[in-house]
Amino acid sequence: MKLREWKNKFFRWLDGDYDVMKNIMEGSLEPDENHEQAKRDRQAAHKEMTSSGFSQAVINAERKGFYQFYIGVAIVSCIALIGVLLFTVNLLPRYGEENPRAVEVSDRYIEKGLEETGAVNIVAGMILDYRAFDTLGESHVLFAALLCVMILLKKDKKNMDSQFDDYYQIEQDAYFDVSKDTVMRKVGVLIVPCIFVFGIYILLNGQNGPGGGFSGGAVLGAGLIIFESAFGFELVDSFFTAKVSMAISFVSLAFYSFAKGYVFYMGANHLHNHIPKGIPGAILSGGLILPLNIAVGLVVACTMFGFYSLFKRGSVGGV
Amino acid sequence: MDIIRNFPMMTVILSLFSGSLCFVLKGRTARYYTLFYEVFLLIVCSAILWYTVTTGTAVTYPMGEFPAPWGNELRAGILEALLAVLFMVIMIVSLLAGYRYIDTDLDESKVNLYYAILNLMTASLMAILWTNDLFSGYVFLEILTLTSCGSLIVREIGRTTLAAVRYMILNLLGSGLFLLGVVLLYDLTGHLLMVPMQETIAEMAQDPRMFMALTLSTGVLTIGLSIKSGLFPFHFWMPDSYSWSTPTSASILSSLVSKAYILLLIKIYYRAIGLDVFEQMPIREILLVLGIAGMIVGSLQAMHADNINRMVAFSSAAQVGYIFMGMGIGGIAGYTAAIFHIMAHAVTKSMLFLTTPRLAEVSDNSLLFKKLEASALRNRDAGLAFLVGSLSMIGIPLFAGFTSKLQFALAGVESGSHVKLVAVMLALAASSLLNAVYFMRTLIRIYSDPRGTVSKANIRQHHRPLYNIPMVVLGGLNLFLGLFSWVAINLITQGLKMFG
Repeated sequence: MKLREWKNKFFRWLDGDYDVMKNIMEGSLEPDENHEQAKRDRQAAHKEMTSSGFSQAVINAERKGFYQFYIGVAIVSCIALIGVLLFTVNLLPRYGEENPRAVEVSDRYIEKGLEETGAVNIVAGMILDYRAFDTLGESHVLFAALLCVMILLKKDKKNMDSQFDDYYQIEQDAYFDVSKDTVMRKVGVLIVPCIFVFGIYILLNGQNGPGGGFSGGAVLGAGLIIFESAFGFELVDSFFTAKVSMAISFVSLAFYSFAKGYVFYMGANHLHNHIPKGIPGAILSGGLILPLNIAVGLVVACTMFGFYSLFKRGSVGGV
Repeated sequence: MDIIRNFPMMTVILSLFSGSLCFVLKGRTARYYTLFYEVFLLIVCSAILWYTVTTGTAVTYPMGEFPAPWGNELRAGILEALLAVLFMVIMIVSLLAGYRYIDTDLDESKVNLYYAILNLMTASLMAILWTNDLFSGYVFLEILTLTSCGSLIVREIGRTTLAAVRYMILNLLGSGLFLLGVVLLYDLTGHLLMVPMQETIAEMAQDPRMFMALTLSTGVLTIGLSIKSGLFPFHFWMPDSYSWSTPTSASILSSLVSKAYILLLIKIYYRAIGLDVFEQMPIREILLVLGIAGMIVGSLQAMHADNINRMVAFSSAAQVGYIFMGMGIGGIAGYTAAIFHIMAHAVTKSMLFLTTPRLAEVSDNSLLFKKLEASALRNRDAGLAFLVGSLSMIGIPLFAGFTSKLQFALAGVESGSHVKLVAVMLALAASSLLNAVYFMRTLIRIYSDPRGTVSKANIRQHHRPLYNIPMVVLGGLNLFLGLFSWVAINLITQGLKMFG
């Protein structure tokens, strides 16, 4: 093939006009009447959108060379910001050199962390005991993200496309669904249990080694996603419905809030809290760190699978 | 009454819990629960205010058994408690005045998610008010950013989605810069808690090299927070996000959320950097210039708006400029003026944003000026509320807006610099004039009836006394801040004394 043809193809691929995998991998859907109708609907909507006053304003701005100006300003301000930040970094204490002013807090964490929190993993002790308030907020950041994605993607009367469009979507989804695939199923049977066990191990072992709620929950969530890809939503919905997922999130977050509220209250009022620290290194050690890790892990797993499910079919779980 | 010392912690924890509770409740139950909970929170915050005023000290509350440099900490003084009370009042009023729009604007299945988001927003507002720790500030700022986006997209029309995308991009840029600033400060001082950080910084600032690094990191952090609060060159996300969202969101976003970022900034200047060190940095002058530019540009853009909500939104950009001008003037007087303006603007702007949909209701549900002609005559109550809000924005005596402009002028006099004084006075004059032009134009438009479309029957149809209660509360607060401004100003000065 000639060089020019390759170049042409490459730029068309960059623009998204050319699909390299077309007619090689899956083949394409046979266009039918509904498909054509959906296409017409889409074109009509696009025409309506581009003819509105707002789009006209955008086009006019484009003609006046606003975007050249915009890109110019963007480049200049990025370079300026990079320059300022590099200059600031240059003023900071060198890496590896000890900053005599900045050791008070970290020294205490390293020296007394084990004794005060009961956790061998100092990081877990730090984020779930010394600075538990931040982590409490952090787990609600995740929850807030789930709420936003639900608002955006959960199917309702307002954000559904036309019925033809939806019909086409369902057809397409069914066509590209890999859950009927034998290879996927067989491999799924092998690896999904391992992933779950590994996730639970990370979750339960957060106070003793690398791991904890966020990473363990992410592994569990990934396990659920692979499980769904291999066996389809029917099987997941038999045990993990929207209600279950919401209930798990709610109970975990509520437990987290109240457990930490109790610790904050006891600590601030100099009362003795009744949570045993346990023997460092054992599974049941580190006081509240283990239950909090489990709570965070469950929220993370539910959120991750919730995102996946919302993106794939527009609901948190089967209802 | 030492139990009150626990209340700041409780406000945050219970609000977070309410957020996850509303997630599993049905829409209507979630609404009643949220309303009930916000009233409860108002009482709690009033108790904190009462406690701090009577004891005259700030409540310092360690989060857990580890004291200040090692664990998180909350601190509630008079200023924080006063603002918390005001925030809760505005939250309740926005809910009361806006719930019927929530029911029509939102899909039924998503109403409970909206209330969950409002509760998380309350939690983060409270946490940002009370926190004594830079990183907790960042975490809750992140919740605030996400929930604000959620409260925009919840209406699910193209305009709000577009506005939310723009809001999200700019706000994430702001969060990123703020985080960079926090990381740089942490690297320099080794502390995240504000009070120990200030001690280290006071000693470090003697070294010119370190002072340079401190200035740059404070600058990065300031840019981040000013993007989020909508200071002049970064205010372009404001009009679309405020004018198309559901009225409750518009009111809360404009009067509470962007103000919370400014309060965090003031807190960092006061408590983490230390005012003495900060006043030596050149950042203050930049804030003054940008603030004045914002006042003028925001007002000019408001004059060009064709839609009443866009006009009010651009006027918000101008008011953020006022607040930053107060911080630029500096000194106790400057900060007092800035914080008084935060209060005055919160009361006024929420009133305007909650009134415009009622005017639109009687004008074919359109916010365009040409449709709004004589709308105040068709719905007299809403018209009166808009009148009160506009007069306060222009700065007519009796209303809060006048007192805050007076405070800015006094701060300018007390700054002791002629250039600043002249700049502040000219900016105040120009901005008041521009405000008067575009608000008067709107008032004349909504009160005149050249085509004679108003009849007695159609006035009575829109008279619903119950809808006016929130407006009466906001109008009363506005008049209170205008007539008895010394109460608020006394509290603010006392609060600022124990703030640092």
